[in-house]
Amino acid sequence: MNGIRMSATAARVLRQLSHDPRSIVLMLVAPSLLVGLFAWLFSEQDGVFDTIGGPILALFPFVVMFLITSITTLRERRSGTLERLMTTPLGKSDFILGYALAFGAMAALQAIVTVTFAVVVCGLDVDGPQWQLGVVAVVDALLGTALGLLASAFARTEFQAVQFMPLLVFPQIILGGLFMPRDQMPDVLYAISDWLPLSHAVDAVNAVTAAEEGWDLWGPLLIVVAFTVGALVLAPLTLRRRTP
Amino acid sequence: MTDAVVVAGLRVSRGRTVVFDGLDLTIPAGSVTGLLGPSGSGKTTLMRAIVGVQKVTGGSVTVLGSPAGSTRLRRRVAYDTQSASVYGDLTVRQNLRYFARVLGAPRGDVDRVIDEVGLSDQADRLAGTLSGGQENRVSLAVAMLGAPELIILDEPTVGLDPVLRAELWGIFRSLADGGATLLVSSHVMDEALRCDRLLLMRAGRLVADTTPHGLLESTGTDDPDAAFLALIQREDAA
Repeated sequence: MNGIRMSATAARVLRQLSHDPRSIVLMLVAPSLLVGLFAWLFSEQDGVFDTIGGPILALFPFVVMFLITSITTLRERRSGTLERLMTTPLGKSDFILGYALAFGAMAALQAIVTVTFAVVVCGLDVDGPQWQLGVVAVVDALLGTALGLLASAFARTEFQAVQFMPLLVFPQIILGGLFMPRDQMPDVLYAISDWLPLSHAVDAVNAVTAAEEGWDLWGPLLIVVAFTVGALVLAPLTLRRRTP
Repeated sequence: MTDAVVVAGLRVSRGRTVVFDGLDLTIPAGSVTGLLGPSGSGKTTLMRAIVGVQKVTGGSVTVLGSPAGSTRLRRRVAYDTQSASVYGDLTVRQNLRYFARVLGAPRGDVDRVIDEVGLSDQADRLAGTLSGGQENRVSLAVAMLGAPELIILDEPTVGLDPVLRAELWGIFRSLADGGATLLVSSHVMDEALRCDRLLLMRAGRLVADTTPHGLLESTGTDDPDAAFLALIQREDAA
């Protein structure tokens, strides 16, 4: 690993993004719009948004970052620039971590915007401190970034990358405790959901909204961080300097 | 003269097709070697094997004394792919700055190579908005960053007008005069005459390893296109 080459890569990715203001706006604003839609939908029903608003904050930044990251890195794999980089001193982890830094920064920004919007504009009521909600949302967005980087390794085309949404993301949403509390699920599904990172992301948000502290909050958050780190460790291993 | 590249018994398969089945060749150091042949003859695969991004099934490729693709070669060998491999959503200068930082090339190199490929006026335009020929030149400029000892260029002059092609060949010549070894592929036969050595490939085999003078003399023609045809006919007859 090399700090200079990694930060050069991160700066390069952000510079590419800076030439595409529309994408930046979409990235920062889209999750807020969806949260606003949910708040409006349940505006006549007291307390519903306060229950599901939290988990949604875990969800949207995760999904958006997963998609953006997997498609952008795939574009690099397919454009020939990755092959060229593989002939330079750039390390495989410099490449992955450079992307992770750049999109991680965007993810953090997006999570902060979304949480602020949910609390200030939509009036999301959380019992715990709001900064904790921010921390959880940022960590979840980072998870989406890391999984997107890993997933892009297994897609050959943009079309396949988009197909990973129903394959990798939707099951996590369904089993994540958003539609039904996880402890009420059939035993097998409950056991499966324990192995899905998004479940723990939702647990962490629920812990904040219920003002739980200590291990109830930091335990699930640590698990999400572990999944994020794991994906970032695995992703460089999927890169190959030599290809058929 | 020492050899910059030694390919011995190289075997490469892509999918079910065998591209090389025991290819042997050498590329002398400090020269411009032209790699010629119809498309599909294995030019790109050979270049990929030399820079070490091609999966090989057998044989060896030794570059500047080390196995192809070794870590110590990554600063000494530069590679420009056939289609421009630069970022379309970065400006010319931003592209070169990034690759310069990755390669650890001096900062001044960026302006030098932009100037050498004649893109000073376009330096702040997005690479993706340039014409195809201009974008290829950005990609070529990347391969000239730092001071690579071996420069592999895959069809660098495709789609360029004759004036620019002549200018680029002038640059290739000066790089070789400075001690670098160049391997340049082309399917424009008249570019063959500008090389020191010629490797002619067809269907994954080396048809001729010669010089421009030797090629014309052995075939009794004064036109490289005709010479190549004559060689192929001689091969088919044999």
